Amino acid sequence: MIAVALKGLAGRKLRATLTALAIVLGVAMISGTYVITDTIDRAFSEIFDESYAGTDVVVSGKGADISFQGLTSPTPPIPERLVERVRAVPEVELAMGGVYEETATKIIGKDGKAINTQGAPSLGFGVDTSPGYERFNPLTLESGRYPRSPNEVVIDAGTADREGYEVGDRVRIASHEPVQEFTLTGIARFGDVSSLGTATFAVWEFRTAQKLLHREGQVDEISVAGREGVTRAELMSAIDPVLPPTAQVRSGVAEAQDDKDEISEFTQFIEYFLLAFAGIALFVGAFVIFNTLSITVAQRTREFATLRTIGASRRQVLGSVILEALTIGALASVIGLFAGLALAKGLNALFRVLGLQLPTTETVFATRTIVVSLVVGIAITLLAGLFPAIRATRVPPIAAVREGAALPRSRLAPLAPFVALVLLALALGLLGYAMFKDELATEPRLLFIAAGVLLLFTGVAMLSSRLVRPLAALVGWPARQIGGAAGRLARGNSIRNPGRTAATAAALMIGIALVTFVAVLANGMKASNRGAIEDQVIADYVITSQDGFTPFVAEAGEAARAAPDEELVTDVRSDLGKVAGAAGYVTGIDEGSIEQAYRFEWQQGSADVLGRLGSNGAIVDADFAEEHDLAVGDRTTLVSSSNQKLEIEVMGIYEPPPFYPILGSVSIATATFDRLYDRPRNQFTFINVPGDPTPETSRSLEQAVADYPDAVVRTRGQWIDKQDEDFNRFLIMLYVLLALSVIVSVFGMVNTLVLSVFERTREVGMLRAVGMTRRQVRRMVRHESVITALIGAALGLPLGIFLAALVTRALQEFDVRFEVPGSQLVVFAIVAVIVGVVAAIVPARRAARLNVLQALQYE
Amino acid sequence: MRAREVTRRYGEGDAAVEALRGVSLDVGRGELTAIMGPSGSGKSTLMHILAGLDRPTSGDVFLDGTSIAKLGDTDLTKLRRRHIGFVFQFFNLLPMLTAEENIVLPLELAGHKRDGGWVDEVIDKVGLGDRRTHRPAELSGGQQQRVAIARALVSKPTVVFADEPTGNLDQKTSGEILELLRDSVATYGQTTVMVTHDPAAAAIAGRVLFLVDGRVVRELRECSSQDILRTLEELTAA
Repeated sequence: MIAVALKGLAGRKLRATLTALAIVLGVAMISGTYVITDTIDRAFSEIFDESYAGTDVVVSGKGADISFQGLTSPTPPIPERLVERVRAVPEVELAMGGVYEETATKIIGKDGKAINTQGAPSLGFGVDTSPGYERFNPLTLESGRYPRSPNEVVIDAGTADREGYEVGDRVRIASHEPVQEFTLTGIARFGDVSSLGTATFAVWEFRTAQKLLHREGQVDEISVAGREGVTRAELMSAIDPVLPPTAQVRSGVAEAQDDKDEISEFTQFIEYFLLAFAGIALFVGAFVIFNTLSITVAQRTREFATLRTIGASRRQVLGSVILEALTIGALASVIGLFAGLALAKGLNALFRVLGLQLPTTETVFATRTIVVSLVVGIAITLLAGLFPAIRATRVPPIAAVREGAALPRSRLAPLAPFVALVLLALALGLLGYAMFKDELATEPRLLFIAAGVLLLFTGVAMLSSRLVRPLAALVGWPARQIGGAAGRLARGNSIRNPGRTAATAAALMIGIALVTFVAVLANGMKASNRGAIEDQVIADYVITSQDGFTPFVAEAGEAARAAPDEELVTDVRSDLGKVAGAAGYVTGIDEGSIEQAYRFEWQQGSADVLGRLGSNGAIVDADFAEEHDLAVGDRTTLVSSSNQKLEIEVMGIYEPPPFYPILGSVSIATATFDRLYDRPRNQFTFINVPGDPTPETSRSLEQAVADYPDAVVRTRGQWIDKQDEDFNRFLIMLYVLLALSVIVSVFGMVNTLVLSVFERTREVGMLRAVGMTRRQVRRMVRHESVITALIGAALGLPLGIFLAALVTRALQEFDVRFEVPGSQLVVFAIVAVIVGVVAAIVPARRAARLNVLQALQYE
Repeated sequence: MRAREVTRRYGEGDAAVEALRGVSLDVGRGELTAIMGPSGSGKSTLMHILAGLDRPTSGDVFLDGTSIAKLGDTDLTKLRRRHIGFVFQFFNLLPMLTAEENIVLPLELAGHKRDGGWVDEVIDKVGLGDRRTHRPAELSGGQQQRVAIARALVSKPTVVFADEPTGNLDQKTSGEILELLRDSVATYGQTTVMVTHDPAAAAIAGRVLFLVDGRVVRELRECSSQDILRTLEELTAA
């Protein structure tokens, strides 16, 4: 029996291959995801282990430890004199102060623009490279030497590579100070990590770094090595008493672990994000496998009946189909596992194109990757094959001798519509609960949504066999007009076996629904974003950092005031803070000028309070006020990320557009902000010019901030366009990832068509005999394919719009708009047609090549 | 229609099988010709070649003056469209089309406007006036074969080929179908070639050709089924 199953499979190689491909892609995505994230994790682990390799304990500032939306405030620097104090501790063998800054250092590329790290750190270091301190140095020089004088610098190998910088070149770098030219004396990397992704670093001689990064008399960390025989714990308890309350001592291992944990959160996110797409591809693959096996089981009715007559039991028939699925699943999973390695490279390339280069080191191929890929791939194939296998057991032996043997109708078939309706009801229930239930953590919410969407797709797919007839009539209309008799026959063929067409179309439906969902939701978000900015910002110009979200050095805002055309320049400082015990953004606004750049929608108080903010006045956004029960006149505590406290008084409450409030939850006067925060940064600098912005005014502003290359000047309109562009890039990435599931459904369509052509061999022979040309045969198959694809689109488009409407409704509090991008949906429908045409290429050629005589005599 | 010295060899070298060894024949306009012979005599191969479904290894077939030996697939298909009608043993109707749609299929494939009067006449002729919108699954075997005959007649082909048209029908229905074929020859002068091994079927033909081992060995005209049976016995005995 096993031999029968395997030989049968070997005899249908094309079919087996296509079926396997349906799972290969999904499995490859799983394995590729793990490979990528494991490799990133490993790269960072190496960086952090290397950073603390020679360090027993680390002394650093005690920060306010504020985390908000994935960002954690860095620890504040500590006085440099502590280095001497630590050295004086008898247990200490060696101590070195270092300067480490994460965002201010901007290396200028060969094109004259600052390298955009896309949100990744742009590190600036000052390490003492004198002999004896090598053990604390995390870097490895690839070439050259460390800087010795104030105009020398070392940069990372990745940046040097990309920009073509070599030792001896002059490199311009901006820091807290305006851009300056340095001589490149060396190129370095972290241990063995070949690429930092988009991150960059620049290393200066220690004193220079202190000056450039505005840390004179300060260090960020003191690396300490203990004397022989002194344990870490002993070392820590020896150092602790000499430290002021603003400093702390931790073991190097703990520090490295903390850093790793922070990164793991990020890689975890990437992992889940990509695995979600793997899941979608596998789900679609399951449809394809289910459909293919169902068709082959139906076509092999006589074969199963013959097996039964010669003594095979139902169990053996079941076993043979399951074994077939198992073989396909195992084969596909193994191929997918290794294809994942290639896919990882492809995904890396995709991220790179989108400016999101990820750090790399030696590729990590973990056991977990192998196990999960194989288990998931095989399990899904088996699951999808179970139902067709059970159907095969229902073939009675008598079918072997009966004319026109057909698979008996499943006993469960009459129940299908009810099951589908129950699934749909369940899906809507789950989706509704997940989206509108208020107190629900993010993870169960996402799980409920995922389960709801899967059920929704399954339910619609089950019902869709009933929709095939009317839909085929609708979408087949053009085929009949264009394709003549062939088109008409194609339409007829597509409704001959509605279940088969429905299952084939359903696979494509899933991809199209998700793409539509993303497109509609994104369109609404873009509209909301534009609206939010237009409602709030009345300034002509805005300066942001290159990536648009990392704050830039406040000195750039100052520089803009030198522009001849400016009528008004107003800075918006921003940093993390804790107000009323809750973390959030605190912004510093200029009392006198913010009103000419930003339009407040006052709920309590009025524009008058802006002039009276003084040293402890604050305005609070309405959501924050409501959440923390704050009203005008209330007092509460603000803790800055530099760990300074201030008692503030709420003087006004305003209501920004919920989709994108430009200011922080709490805003205070700039002067107050600068007292609370060391090295204050601007989120925005708004500028008004006399009259409307012109190319001339733009140029003069750009010139004014030229020494701060991270500061980008844009008109309000350009700024909105830039955000749309960023958003579109993200969308493209989503589309590419969703395309994977569309490709899987194409395999399914090819499979179904090949099987249908095979089944209709004699019919094709007759048609050829009575005058159908090869061209017409091809056209007939192609039109059937396009009709199937369009049915998928006809189901997927509304489903996607529905899901987007649902999510928009759930995001009501953020004022996400609902705007259907008509032209994009038309594009998706055209894509469906192309998918249909592509899927038909091979089956159509096979059908056209059939020998008329052999086809006519075909049983 | 003429065939000249047609041979057809299958396979190569030692394994080659000569299905036809030089067949020449003429089919006159308005004639009903039956081709008979024991199985393996080459009668099906001959019909396939005459109908442009297969190409002769040597020799040629002329249809309305056109040589078909050298035509490409598309031209051959178009030739079949214009000149040939088919009636198959297993009906070969498309299950998703109605009787009428099946009948007009050749016209549609050729992209011809249907001549409504002629289509109606053909449908009436085969006696399916009240079955036009039925699908093949709702028709009896005899009715299905009537649809097939109407499909063959509808394009007014030069020749209708019928391949064992009664092979899959009971005796009574067979009689009706044969009557219909003879009637179409008589009424419309429809040239028809029928391949059969049923002497009763062959008996309706004005001319019966006997094939043995790839050669035409005997020809009878206006004969009864007894004559045919006797001839067959003679030929197989020899």
